[in-house]
Amino acid sequence: MRILISNSSPDPIYQQIVRQIKGQIIAGDLPEGSPLPSIRKLAHELQISVITTKRAYEELDKEGLIDTVGGKGTFVASQNQEFLREKRMKLVEGKLSEALEDARLLGMSRREVGEMVDLLWEEEG
Amino acid sequence: MDTPAIRITNLRKRYPGFELQDVSFTLPRGYVMGLVGPNGAGKTTIVKLIMNLIRPDGGEIHVFGLDHRAHEAEVKSRIGWVYDVPPFYGDVSLRDTKRAIALFYPKWNESLFNQLAAQFQLPLRKKVKSLSNGMRTKLALALALSHDADLLVLDEPTTGLDPVFRRELLHGLSDLLQDERKSILFSTHITTDLERIADFVTFIRDGRVTLSTSREELMEKWGVVRGGEELVEAMDPGIRRGIRHHPHGVDVLTSDVIAARKAFGKKAVVDPASFEDIVVLMEGRGRHA
Repeated sequence: MRILISNSSPDPIYQQIVRQIKGQIIAGDLPEGSPLPSIRKLAHELQISVITTKRAYEELDKEGLIDTVGGKGTFVASQNQEFLREKRMKLVEGKLSEALEDARLLGMSRREVGEMVDLLWEEEG
Repeated sequence: MDTPAIRITNLRKRYPGFELQDVSFTLPRGYVMGLVGPNGAGKTTIVKLIMNLIRPDGGEIHVFGLDHRAHEAEVKSRIGWVYDVPPFYGDVSLRDTKRAIALFYPKWNESLFNQLAAQFQLPLRKKVKSLSNGMRTKLALALALSHDADLLVLDEPTTGLDPVFRRELLHGLSDLLQDERKSILFSTHITTDLERIADFVTFIRDGRVTLSTSREELMEKWGVVRGGEELVEAMDPGIRRGIRHHPHGVDVLTSDVIAARKAFGKKAVVDPASFEDIVVLMEGRGRHA
């Protein structure tokens, strides 16, 4: 797990943690069942207050992204597959629109882009 | 709920020219609280009252749920302290100082002390008076950390320490909190020391508590609005908690940053409030009451 805290970000620290852990769950970097550090351990590792990490975990728990099992620890929850697929499709959509923007700047036609997509699909498949 | 580590209610102490007035705050077990304020605000008086070194004129102090005077011996054996001015005899060696102090603690851990002494590079054979202020603080810290205390009461522990050691100290303190029964009260006027690791913060000014809250709530609700003079009039006085005028505008401390952002976000700069902003900008409420 990778978490970077910025002191100069306008976002509160707990939100920075929530966003980064969520991102890693959606991206699949933190697969279902992966253990997360305890609230106190994470606070120590990031040198932040215990209440801050507690709040971040509560938020992730509320969204159903993590589960805390009494006495055992905190784990990435088994995900609603539909939800995950939707989130990941959003990511693909974002990357595609970026690519399309570049294509337009280059003056590529829709057909040219289509041909490129077909070509790539064949190659990677 | 767990018994709080410290619960202080309506604490009062009067000196000629200074009065601690109705100080109340609670430190839940398992957390760090910063006691923050300028020099002379009353931080050391509060610490001395908790440690029963001076008598209060009124109010109550409970430590681990016990009256701190009726159960003084038990309470004190479970507290590790660092005082603003360490109470060590100059002509005694560090080793003998340690021997004298260790006697008071049933849970004294000699090997932990030796480990800390080596880590802090304490010259155990030398006399206390040969130590620099920073070294004296390190000695007090090593003693405070060597008897498995449930509560650390640290009065300005970072004064005289360089940034590298201060960072190490904070790291050590947060390591201690891996055990959720341990709590820390940490007084300081250097607000940046605490900004990240404090769970709770109590601001003291002129002998009064101006604000006692969790760090999260502070960061969420408080802010500083920077803009033109017209801000002062325009802001609801109910959420305006301090003003600083400067040649190019005003900084206004607010206790409702969301409302302030809605009202002034387009015309003014709205920042989160740092601990220092609260110390500097907060009006000493009730000073004339």
